[in-house]
Amino acid sequence: MQIKLAEALVQCLEKEKVEVVFGYPGGAILPVYDALYNSTKVRHILVRHEQGAAHAADGYARVTGKTGVCMATSGPGATNLLTGIANAYMDSIPMVIFTGQVPTIQIGTDAFQEVDITGITMPVTKHNYLVKDPRKLPEIVHNAFHIASTGRPGPVLIDLPRDIVSQTIQFTDSGPMPLRGYRPTYRGHSFKIQEVAKMIKSSKRPVIYAGGGVLSSGAQDELLELAELISAPVTNTFMGLSGFPGEHPLFLGMLGLHGTRYANLAVTECDLLIALGARFDDRVTMKLKEFAPKASVVHIDIDPAEIGKLVNTHVPLVGDVKTVLKALLPLLEKEDRTPWLHRIHEIKEEHPLTYRRNGTLKPQFIIEQICRLTGGEAIVVTDVGQHQMWVAQFYKFHRPGMLVSSGGLGCMGFGLPAAIGAKTGRPERPTILVTGDGSFQMTMQELGTMMEQGLDIKIVILNNQALGMVRQLQQFYCEGRYMATNFQFHPDFCQLAKAYGIPAYSWNREEDVLQALPQVLATRGPAIMNCIIPVEENVTPMVMSGKGIHEAIEC
Amino acid sequence: MRHTLAVLVENNPGVLARVAGLFSRRGFNIESLTVGRTESHDVSRMTIVVDGDDQLIEQVSKQLHKLIDVIKVRDITAEEHVDRDLVMVKVNADPNQRVEIMNMAEVFRARVVDLAGKTITFECTGNEGKITAFEESLRPYGIRELVRTGKVAMLRGSRLPGAGGSWSAE
Repeated sequence: MQIKLAEALVQCLEKEKVEVVFGYPGGAILPVYDALYNSTKVRHILVRHEQGAAHAADGYARVTGKTGVCMATSGPGATNLLTGIANAYMDSIPMVIFTGQVPTIQIGTDAFQEVDITGITMPVTKHNYLVKDPRKLPEIVHNAFHIASTGRPGPVLIDLPRDIVSQTIQFTDSGPMPLRGYRPTYRGHSFKIQEVAKMIKSSKRPVIYAGGGVLSSGAQDELLELAELISAPVTNTFMGLSGFPGEHPLFLGMLGLHGTRYANLAVTECDLLIALGARFDDRVTMKLKEFAPKASVVHIDIDPAEIGKLVNTHVPLVGDVKTVLKALLPLLEKEDRTPWLHRIHEIKEEHPLTYRRNGTLKPQFIIEQICRLTGGEAIVVTDVGQHQMWVAQFYKFHRPGMLVSSGGLGCMGFGLPAAIGAKTGRPERPTILVTGDGSFQMTMQELGTMMEQGLDIKIVILNNQALGMVRQLQQFYCEGRYMATNFQFHPDFCQLAKAYGIPAYSWNREEDVLQALPQVLATRGPAIMNCIIPVEENVTPMVMSGKGIHEAIEC
Repeated sequence: MRHTLAVLVENNPGVLARVAGLFSRRGFNIESLTVGRTESHDVSRMTIVVDGDDQLIEQVSKQLHKLIDVIKVRDITAEEHVDRDLVMVKVNADPNQRVEIMNMAEVFRARVVDLAGKTITFECTGNEGKITAFEESLRPYGIRELVRTGKVAMLRGSRLPGAGGSWSAE
């Protein structure tokens, strides 16, 4: 069948069961948009800035487990996607990105809206393609989806020169071609698995350190079974949150820079650290030499390059977390470890995660109320900063994959577009965006997208009228010289909401939240809740730079 | 310690940029890198010499493996292999010095590839040590221009880098 390549592309998307594409049109990508016009299966969601398209595809992927798809034109369209691509790369999110490109004959001539996007994205994609041979496009698309979603997931970009996608080809869908340089290992080495079982049996004080890999492999049930079977407390990395039930007695909460004191102390005292799909990030380990100093390390990860990258590993085990745990569990026996669990209980009692209530509206209180009212079951999307850490500390997740947040890149502005993507992917789930006044102002233009799509997203702005996290750093590292962190102008978010036709509320007392929040959350449709919180409120505990995690301070 | 990596890659546009970019952004130092065709038209082979301890080399190999276009990586340093470097060197040579220089070059089995009024250009192949020695022996005459290809290497016997090896694709 002779068809235009752009139409062949849309057919490939349909074959990959792509339901939604987040994008923004432009000149170079025009033929693709023209082909999308006729698709009944692929829905296009128009954002207000390309960065929003990438974050929305990311949020969509996180809550559905499917590969997120976004699209933009050449030049500025492509570069505006970049932050979102880097974000997906850092957090290992499956995504396929299509960018328009100038016609092949103009490539390299500094043509209008030309940018070398495959060159620019090389460090932040798992792989990328510049399509030069139209006949190869179907194969490239299938391979891109395969690469993005298997092994350690990540973004794959396909750059589409305008003349190529305008050509007519004899379309035969070959399906994916084997990739001889890409064969991710899913099954762990059986000898190594036995070794892990032995180490677990001989350990007296094990701690499970579970990261985002647990969620991306869907291993939450196996993790729970493991923890209960061997009586090992579980700490989550930020990316791992929601992979273990937040109220479980074996749960230690998040570890690291703003982790709970007891998670950090448990890791410091443990004799066996079982790392599952986690990468010993610097915000987790802080001073590397003092991280888990008494522990033997078992590291299970699908990415061989993560093993031994930062810490010496006693048992390296390359494989998919779920597959490996399934093989490991039958080799283990029930253990009680009463003295160790007693010790864990003791440090939890000694150093509880708490905050001081003093009559002002505390952000932690707001998160607790949201958690109570949603039963820990909502999709919680955050931006980046203090509010993000308060969510990590005080929202007790009950369902896996319900936290949507920018971990590795720490990308302010992620929140609203990611919430749009998440709500699009899981419309039946209540979706709450917790953001700050700084982050929200980075991408609040996407309110237009939210309203256009009729999305029921509840937006909670923890408004301290400052860039709180950086301000906190300045308090501790710059002797309180608050350079460029206190906003001198504060927009009226309720008026902004009005411009978009969104109901809005402004609260500055605990009573306001107690009275109004249940009603607002129970009402269908979007809402903006502007919560004025004290600027002095810090995220605590905190590990100072250069210190070990056992040396956290309350602040 | 210096390690020699034999790397088989897809003969795709941009593969050199992917490999070079990986080294620079992860802070690995390349001592030399050569790339060229192989017996199959769709596979290129790189010989990369990297300086570092075992842990660094392991990380380099694993990161290389993550590139989709990289088919095989094998550290052949500790294995029996032959390696060759090629140098072309243009050296000052007054007509009355020519014989002396050419006799000296003969010791290294270097060949004259060009002769001009005041210079001779040699080519010489061999392992790195020999090439360096050749370079040093010409230095007193005044080297005008010198270019080395960097090391290429191959396992001895009938073994292939694609089979087995410490960091193969599995």
